Amino acid sequence: MSFRLASTPIDPAALQRALADARAGACVTFEGWVRNRNEGQPVLSLEYEAYAPLAEKEGARILAEAQDKFTLLGAACVHRTGHLQLGELAVWVGVTAEHRGAAFDACRYIIDEAKARLPIWKKEHYASGAAAWINCATRGDFAQVPR
Amino acid sequence: MIALTVQYFAILREQRGLTEEKLTTSAATPTALYDELRARHGFTLPADRVRAAVNDEFVAATAALRDGDRLVFIPPVAGG
Repeated sequence: MSFRLASTPIDPAALQRALADARAGACVTFEGWVRNRNEGQPVLSLEYEAYAPLAEKEGARILAEAQDKFTLLGAACVHRTGHLQLGELAVWVGVTAEHRGAAFDACRYIIDEAKARLPIWKKEHYASGAAAWINCATRGDFAQVPR
Repeated sequence: MIALTVQYFAILREQRGLTEEKLTTSAATPTALYDELRARHGFTLPADRVRAAVNDEFVAATAALRDGDRLVFIPPVAGG
């Protein structure tokens, strides 16, 4: 089981190979991609910034919880930091289990918890030239609202 | 007064203009310290949208700060 941050492109095939396990009847993986729109605004690129020591601890906790709840054989998650272009892989989750039910459920759990809990922040760059830290807009803060 | 190291990320890093600073404060909790820094530096996020971590673990907004603590204010997260 491992959670790590990566400052260089993620290789999903290599990560999946690392989970190979003859006991596993199921492997479920998730890829989070950089999307070209957010809240109606065309996105050009984005940046992820992480508070690494706590992200690593919290990521490890999330994987341990998934292991506990869903009886997994293996689990791994990698989250990018740095500047990403459209279509790039931002986050990868992989789980193995004897059967597919646990694997599907655990994979969803891990990405949902990761999005809610990891101290990682996203700054989007828009076609308009504006940029914004996601979830950080405040009332009257018009300079940060993308147009 | 206690001496702390405060580390800034994301929007707070941009608004403070620093990644880290050492300071002394009479603030007893993360919320009290954030209010003090917000007033001084004009952070846009209100205290109730910022969490705190001390010595690399999440803490309650009302946790007691101790001399030598390393504090990180955590803006709303947006990973994944």
